[in-house]
Amino acid sequence: MGNIKAIYFKELRAFFNSPMAYIFLVIFALVNGYFFTNTFFLIGQSDLRTLFSTVPLVYLFFIPAVAMGLIARERNIGTIEIMSTLPLKTTEFVIGKFLAALTLILAALAVTSVHFITLLQVGDNVDTGAVISGYIGLALVGALYTSVGTFASSLTENQVVAFIIGVFIVLVFWLMDKMLIFIPSGISGLVQYFAVEYHLSNISRGVIDTRNLVYFFSIVGFFLFLTVHTLDTRKWKAG
Amino acid sequence: MIKVTQLRKNYGPVEAVRSIDFEISDGEIVGFLGANGAGKTTTLKMITGYLAPTSGTVEVNGLNISDSQLEIQKQIGYLPETNPLYGEMSVHEYLEFIAKIRGISGKDFTAALRRVVSKCGLKGVVHKSVSACSKGYRQRIGLAAAMIHDPDILILDEPVTGLDPNQIVEIRELIKDLGREKLVLMSSHILQEIQATVDRILIIDKGEIIADGTSEELMTNFMGKVKLTLEVKNASEETIAAVSGKIPEITLLSSEQESDITMIHFEYGRELDPREALFHYAVESGWIILNMTPHTANLEDVFRTMTSSGETNG
Repeated sequence: MGNIKAIYFKELRAFFNSPMAYIFLVIFALVNGYFFTNTFFLIGQSDLRTLFSTVPLVYLFFIPAVAMGLIARERNIGTIEIMSTLPLKTTEFVIGKFLAALTLILAALAVTSVHFITLLQVGDNVDTGAVISGYIGLALVGALYTSVGTFASSLTENQVVAFIIGVFIVLVFWLMDKMLIFIPSGISGLVQYFAVEYHLSNISRGVIDTRNLVYFFSIVGFFLFLTVHTLDTRKWKAG
Repeated sequence: MIKVTQLRKNYGPVEAVRSIDFEISDGEIVGFLGANGAGKTTTLKMITGYLAPTSGTVEVNGLNISDSQLEIQKQIGYLPETNPLYGEMSVHEYLEFIAKIRGISGKDFTAALRRVVSKCGLKGVVHKSVSACSKGYRQRIGLAAAMIHDPDILILDEPVTGLDPNQIVEIRELIKDLGREKLVLMSSHILQEIQATVDRILIIDKGEIIADGTSEELMTNFMGKVKLTLEVKNASEETIAAVSGKIPEITLLSSEQESDITMIHFEYGRELDPREALFHYAVESGWIILNMTPHTANLEDVFRTMTSSGETNG
């Protein structure tokens, strides 16, 4: 636990000591703000539905970008050798890194709550419950994509390559739902179960089912496991 | 105590380390010497748990690395060859982070920090950012991080590369000082470095240990012969060829003539000194000696002969 904390704070400090974190937060807030205010002022529509549909799209590029450096950078500058020769379990290392990136994502998400506050001020009949479950959904999707990004970052020492791999895997999860019509009906149920949007839409509707929670937690666990595995097998190969 | 048995590491088809055996006891300073690419770094990486051996075992203080890696890593301080550091951290932050993972915090950390700062001479830079530090300081930061938990075993991979002569002397003194109570295993491809610092030398070549001993032992074992070059005038070929017959302890290696000057190369056993006899012979034969230079072998030659052709003349 102490080791996870040490890695977590080290990583958070690395984010916030460099301009990285601020750039990410500002861009995330700007892009989502743009889409939100667009309908807000033009159509006079006052709900967060647009926000909840744009955030997952922004995530597709935003999260792999946040996560790309997590492990790839350590491999690139060689500090992975320091980390691997400290009395530190790979699992602790990976979880600390994952949680730090997730914290940044959640911070970005928290920034978008200004729109909710705006809505409470000007709108009437705001469905607070739906907004809360919407945010829970977005947080879960964020966790899932962050685990994918962490995994992608462990595959290479090149951050750009890690980013591309991350975007690719995340896109697959995102598009699965849209591809259902091309998929034989026998397995379409299965494919649908793996699609992020299927679970996200359930949660956004206010239905937080264990099925959905199990989905998110197991996919996150799966990718973190793969990350640990990737790092552990490295030592059997060339340095 | 470090004990390595039949250690082997393949990188795909390349055999980086073939079969290495050695044992180092506590309180020894051991130098690991070899040309670049001989397998030094790979061996050290296997001892520290960064790489897993293809076969063979590494034992540290009675623990086997394959099943007690974390326990072993707690007892080792390691400075990798490339000395990677987090540039964005301050020296204090970096050492604090390493200490935290080593389970040292609060008062213990303050004490540990004070100890490594004074030992490694980091006083002026503690609150500087690592990336703003010079190469020499970075090396000391790496060393300080390796020593923060006061380990019993220090493994230093090329600790003095890239330092200026003054810094080299400082680090060398520091290592010697540490070696009084700890086991230090350091690698280098620079012989003088090793020779000046360590008690015992392991020479590694093409993934195998080819020599093991103190520097004196290595010199007597592997460089039995002394070479002598004689620069003479007026030497006829017959008189040159007849030297070995007259002075049996000397071996004629070669001679080359340049206008009226001849360079003659001899070889003789370290314990003999045939220079006087050679002088008398030269007088008898009417040679005019311009120069007589014995090439006393040093460890450099040992290292060169052993690692270049793979053959030794001892």
